[in-house]
Amino acid sequence: MGIIDNINKLFDHRIRLGIMSILMVNEDVDFNGLKELLDVTDGNLASHLKTLEKEKYISVQKQFIGRKPNTRYSATKIGKTEFKKHIEALEKLINN
Amino acid sequence: MKQKDYLKDISEIKNLMNRSSRFISLSGLSGIFAGIYAIAGAMIAYLFLFPEPGEYLTLHSQNFKLLLLVLALVAVLSVVTAYLLTTRKATKNNEKIWDATTKRLLLNFLIPLVTGGIYILIKLGNQHYGLTGALMLVFYGLALVNASKYTLGNVKYLGYAEIILGLICAALPGYGLWFWIFGFGVLHIIYGSLMFVQEKKQ
Repeated sequence: MGIIDNINKLFDHRIRLGIMSILMVNEDVDFNGLKELLDVTDGNLASHLKTLEKEKYISVQKQFIGRKPNTRYSATKIGKTEFKKHIEALEKLINN
Repeated sequence: MKQKDYLKDISEIKNLMNRSSRFISLSGLSGIFAGIYAIAGAMIAYLFLFPEPGEYLTLHSQNFKLLLLVLALVAVLSVVTAYLLTTRKATKNNEKIWDATTKRLLLNFLIPLVTGGIYILIKLGNQHYGLTGALMLVFYGLALVNASKYTLGNVKYLGYAEIILGLICAALPGYGLWFWIFGFGVLHIIYGSLMFVQEKKQ
């Protein structure tokens, strides 16, 4: 009990952890930016973004740059709080 | 998950946070070159272009225009060298030279710098030559401190040093050129060398 409660199952995955790490320190990042940083395929990234979006951890803004659609992602307040809790829990686990 | 995996998670988080928000391929060597250009430029200015005792440097004189030219040349050479060396290092680091992190870095560097530059030009236009050296140092220092959030964090110490030097320079009128040489020449070479040694260690 205790610290284990704060380990968030959603972040127990390399790509979702990566997405949140990037969005914690950037106001918003577009799909291709995330793809390059994380080195994943389109489909894989999209499905993990969906999961985070469903939990309301990230928000999505769709827009057009010229004629190209551009989707930008940013972390929500809930997402940031949850991620911080997760990191604190990780640190405590490591220090114990 | 085992403890080892958690440790890996943490280092992955740190790595991604740094890579996505900071441009880390600034080259120390470019600092050394910038310092050398600055000292060479200042020497040319001191030996050939500064007014003899009793003469005045006026805005429309030939020498003043040449002085501006030397200054511009130092700036252009420094930027070109920095660009070339940084591109080389970025390719080695597998980083893109022109992405969101570089754009942010440049924007945050240029806002204080361009503000200062325009301010200095306005002052010069009004025949206020006195504090040009001090102002250049202070605004350049502010630009470095502002940009340090988006690149190697230790750039801010160079920024602090330039600001302090600029303020001392403002308090001691008449030694502008020497402070300028120290700030743009010597400090760049010292900082560039420190960075260069650090790069070699990695």
